[in-house]
Amino acid sequence: MNVLELKKTANEIRKGIIEAVHSAKSGHPGGSLSAADIFTYLYFEEMNIDPSKPDDPDRDRFVLSKGHVTPGYYSTLAHRGYFPVEDLKTFRHVGSYLQGHPDRKHIPGVDMSSGSLGQGISAAVGMALSAKMSGRSYRTYTLLGDGEIQEGQVWEASMFAGHRKLDNLVVIVDNNGLQIDGNIAEVCSPYPIDKKFEAFNFHVIHTDAHDFEQIAAAFAEARQTKGMPTAIIAKSVKGKGVSFMENQASWHGSAPNDEQYAIAMEDLRKVGEALCQK
Amino acid sequence: MSEVKKIATRESYGNALAECGAEYENLVVLDADLASATKTGIFKKAFPDRHIDCGIAECNMVGIAAGLATTGKIPFVSTFAMFAAGRAFEQIRNSVAYPRLNVKIGATHAGISVGEDGATHQCNEDIALMRAIPGMVVISPADDVEARAAVRAAIEYEGPVYLRFGRLAVPVINDNPDYQFEIGRGITLREGQDITIISTGLCVSESLKAAELLEADGIQAKVINIHTIKPLDEELVVAAAKETGKIVTVEEHSVIGGLGSAVCDALCAKYPAPVLKIGINDVFGESGPAAELIKKYGLDGQSIYEKVRAFVKGK
Ligand SMILES: Cc1ncc(C[n+]2csc(CCOP(=O)(O)OP(=O)(O)O)c2C)c(N)n1
Repeated sequence: MNVLELKKTANEIRKGIIEAVHSAKSGHPGGSLSAADIFTYLYFEEMNIDPSKPDDPDRDRFVLSKGHVTPGYYSTLAHRGYFPVEDLKTFRHVGSYLQGHPDRKHIPGVDMSSGSLGQGISAAVGMALSAKMSGRSYRTYTLLGDGEIQEGQVWEASMFAGHRKLDNLVVIVDNNGLQIDGNIAEVCSPYPIDKKFEAFNFHVIHTDAHDFEQIAAAFAEARQTKGMPTAIIAKSVKGKGVSFMENQASWHGSAPNDEQYAIAMEDLRKVGEALCQK
Repeated sequence: MSEVKKIATRESYGNALAECGAEYENLVVLDADLASATKTGIFKKAFPDRHIDCGIAECNMVGIAAGLATTGKIPFVSTFAMFAAGRAFEQIRNSVAYPRLNVKIGATHAGISVGEDGATHQCNEDIALMRAIPGMVVISPADDVEARAAVRAAIEYEGPVYLRFGRLAVPVINDNPDYQFEIGRGITLREGQDITIISTGLCVSESLKAAELLEADGIQAKVINIHTIKPLDEELVVAAAKETGKIVTVEEHSVIGGLGSAVCDALCAKYPAPVLKIGINDVFGESGPAAELIKKYGLDGQSIYEKVRAFVKGK
């Protein structure tokens, strides 16, 4: 996909996010919107996957370590063809397979269940390790929140990945600067994030999480990196794309009412329209 | 008396892993800097490329095992029961059991028979924690024969399994050609009509001793070895209650949530009967030689005998 197509796809994925949380009257739009462009690039460009073969042993793996952003994840999987986009409306409803947090047992395309912060990265490390042990060439990607990295397990996993030189592993930190209780720098600062990963023997790359050219360059550089895992620190805007949600911690885990839903969809419709003029 | 062979079940565990390594190519073993104590070092010697030392980071170790399992490996994660069921409880629940991954938790140094290391290392709560998790199989073998059979059964079984091993060398009691291990199937070791003693782990051999002492008093005790606490062999438990009325449970574990509780859960639903739970009475352990601690906490044959006798006599 070219950059324009990626942007259009990301915009459709953002609409799916709003649909899902509005329909569920719950869920996490803020961190879904901040990660929407990363999700788009991973699933439409970077990863070696085939929605018709979700269990292919040689497919690339993805673990959503910040498991609460299922609206972003599911919307991406749906638009990529793993299941019907229509089903996003059943998100978090009783009996739906689209559980509040990723459930590998029931959702096509989901490689690992997650939701308890700090745990997904360890599973991703296990997948990358398995590839090394078995001589398989698939790559493993995992997305973490910048608040999530306050969890000690993240650093246990990082120490192991660095020690084992897992250059088939890419850890992406969605650096939107906000967690539930506010600004990460004020709650319990994880900064400097880059120096921490460097200290654990990672190759560190900075990128703008909403600039596809930079995102593409970052993943290309990760692919070139040998002998160490890569951490991509993606500077993002929480709530990106919906005017009233941008940079607001309060939109971490709340759903728009009907009126707010209409405004959000109008914001995204306009973005889509502008992209079509290009 | 002839010398009985004694082996610690952690030793059996390490040996069984090494025995199975060649047969099961996907078998991998993870440890957290305790390979010499958990005895996974035996496997490491035979299969160095399939032994993964994760360092002192148990939560991460369980997560890595989960990731490995998604790719078809059969990982055994090993550390002391305290740091597996305790430290990594939530990882076991959320990263292994909820996704129903094929991870086996080989937890050694369970119970007070850890001995000198004392209370911080003596986990008397692991069975309670593990059996509360949906879909988790919980196995507590009684001796070397059973421990090795349990490892093999766990490999063959598809899904999460918690295996509980001990540090102390314990008598080999199942060394007979008829011995068969089946997950979820209890074993009647001795028939009796007056009382049933249901036991697990190292308490099984102590319960057999108690049964002999009871016999001298004219009390015939049935002894059942429950190696699988979950799923529990409810049929066998209920049948025993119907036959002998009263039931005694014996375990090297808290009386809260362990074998005794599992037996009571089954009986209260299916055949209410009086139950005496012998175990660790809601206290922490302490330092000391294992054999002395087992006596002090009332889990040796003599103590079991005295408690059962009083219970039979209605005291
Ligand atoms: C272990 C754990 N503790 C707490 C939570 C509750 N929780 C869900 S999201 C969240 C904040 C996450 O912030 P961040 O990682 O920055 O995510 P993002 O801003 O990208 O949504 C918290 C505390 C959890 N899911 N898991």
